[in-house]
Amino acid sequence: MSGHLITVFVPRDSAALSVGADAVAAAIRAEATKRDLPLRIVRNGSRGMLYLEPLVEVETPEGRVAYGPVTAADVPGLFDASFLTGGEHALGHGLTEEIPYFKKQERLTFARCGIIDPLSVEDYRAHGGFRGLENALAMSQAEIVKAVTDSGLRGRGGAGFPTGIKWNTVMQAPADEKFVCCNADEGDSGTFADRMIIEGDPFCLIEGMTIAAIAVGATSGYVYMRSEYPHATATLRHAIKLAYDEGWLGDNIHGTNRTFHLDVRVGAGAYICGEETAMLESLEGKRGMVRAKPPLPALEGLFGKPTVVNNVLSLCSVPIILDKGGDYYRDFGVGRSRGTLPFQLAGNIKNGGIVEKAFGITLHELLYEYGGGTITGRPIRAVQVGGPLGAYLPPSQFDLPKDYEAFAAQEAMVGHGGIVVFDDSVDMAQQARFAMEFCVAESCGKCTPCRIGSTRGMETLDKIIAGKNVDANLTLLADLCDVMVDGSLCAMGGMTPYPVRSAVKHFPEDFRKKQHAVRVTHIAAE
Amino acid sequence: MNACHPWSAERAMTIVEDNRHLRGALLPILHALQEEFGYIDEEAIPLLATALNLSRADVHGVVSFYHEFRREKPGRHTIKVCRAEACQSMGANALVDHIKTRLQVDFHGTTADGAFTLEPVFCLGNCALSPAVMIDENLHGRVSPDRFDELAAETRANPHAHNQIPRALSHSHKGHAQ
Repeated sequence: MSGHLITVFVPRDSAALSVGADAVAAAIRAEATKRDLPLRIVRNGSRGMLYLEPLVEVETPEGRVAYGPVTAADVPGLFDASFLTGGEHALGHGLTEEIPYFKKQERLTFARCGIIDPLSVEDYRAHGGFRGLENALAMSQAEIVKAVTDSGLRGRGGAGFPTGIKWNTVMQAPADEKFVCCNADEGDSGTFADRMIIEGDPFCLIEGMTIAAIAVGATSGYVYMRSEYPHATATLRHAIKLAYDEGWLGDNIHGTNRTFHLDVRVGAGAYICGEETAMLESLEGKRGMVRAKPPLPALEGLFGKPTVVNNVLSLCSVPIILDKGGDYYRDFGVGRSRGTLPFQLAGNIKNGGIVEKAFGITLHELLYEYGGGTITGRPIRAVQVGGPLGAYLPPSQFDLPKDYEAFAAQEAMVGHGGIVVFDDSVDMAQQARFAMEFCVAESCGKCTPCRIGSTRGMETLDKIIAGKNVDANLTLLADLCDVMVDGSLCAMGGMTPYPVRSAVKHFPEDFRKKQHAVRVTHIAAE
Repeated sequence: MNACHPWSAERAMTIVEDNRHLRGALLPILHALQEEFGYIDEEAIPLLATALNLSRADVHGVVSFYHEFRREKPGRHTIKVCRAEACQSMGANALVDHIKTRLQVDFHGTTADGAFTLEPVFCLGNCALSPAVMIDENLHGRVSPDRFDELAAETRANPHAHNQIPRALSHSHKGHAQ
């Protein structure tokens, strides 16, 4: 290789670490030393093909060549197969960017994730980083807000509120102090995109938040992380320190008169703190109790000041909008759902991972063309979309295009783009019960429909599962669900009925198993 | 590895002083106390109330609201097992039963030898490699019952093992969960 140091990439993403990436990196280093082959190991983020993790890549003149999933025991064999020059091996997949799962994606938000060294400002800049912020520093506040409004970007946290309109409200609110808060309390099962981008491209979030701050006139910001994500928190803290060191955060950002200070706060295992007002209470050091709205956080948010609260993925979509323009972003997507969403294929799925595509892709395409069906090889019976508050959908609805309005019509949520797959061994009555149980555990307790309703819902489902007065109890359950939907203060109680109602609607047979069994026993006795 | 420093009101006051300048300081302080002592001692409640000009009820309310804060000293290692839907789809319920039987402990309990405290958790963000378990701060994916037994044995044998990626360069405060 004419003295040129070969670069090998071994991800530092938590998911890759969870299946042994550190041991693989150590084995590669040891084997290279043993064979006297100098090489450089970069610990990158994940490419998002989590079914191939640990995915080892080698830089070659043709591009990066992928091998995976690699175990430490495979490493000597890889060296024997000359993987450092892209040699063939049973675990080889050829050029990473030619792998169909990856190639067919539309990576806007995740453009750099898995490619760069997450903690190198130089690498970040070499891949287009901070261009959006540089543009923003030369624009007026109103121009920045207009670019975001024009892009059609909507909140990626669940509610889908237009980001530009929210920013405009904060920008126009007169105040001595304003805040930008990033909701990184990614508590929905089946979602991991926030974690992945924070671990794989943390400067993207820092840049997005800084642009938001400049747009609305905020000088301080917080990222509210989950305590379940210690590795992402450590990576983000490290990145923030580097950004301060290089003048991208703090006073007089890159010689301008703009100021933005950013800090990380860690939650403490309360799902409800993903609700924006509960998150603000938690940031203030209080119990994570939901606030009544109005007042909107945009007018009275953190410490009573006008506050932008955006999800990680919303903020990470901002740099490319300011770099390439609102029109560029808006040209992806369908209807009122513009741009791309990093969908997350999770649960019982053969090829789990991140699939960033424009809105309008169908569940069928995601589940079969990307996901490859279940890992158990059994038929898919149900998928839950949009987290624990999202509906369970049967295969008959897999042709539904992924867009906010089409999903809302089915009481399903695009939400944060998480899709959890279940095979035909699932008991949907148990899943419905779990939805209520989860609400019992995680309700903040402020409003009665959520606090008491979830407990009564769980009890009623226990009776149904036991075969007691099934018809009457199903009627009662439907009534209870109506009360929770109509009467709860926030989405916690207001949407817990979605998985319950959809399970009853699409999988009624699972709620009558015991009833039938009881009947059969009676007939046998007669 | 959980912290094992014995409770000290003096040390606690130093932690409070280091963090009280933060806005909304109570949560960062509680995290720092738990990082130091492994749990939030009962004596910390009045101490924090006085230091932050809150009522004891306010402080108690915050400590008891969040699942993460412990009121009793944990075992040497914390095992968090995910109970959420993605992990359920891959057999998390059976894994939970296995772990409880194997360790002879229920959720929130500590094994008789003081090695492990078992906690349920709703989502570790490893949903494409379910079921997921976190031991101390190390995440593990595709954890079968056999794999769990191996991990538990490795943890007992090598209590200081951890991922190689360096931990936080603490920016302005140490606000991690244990």
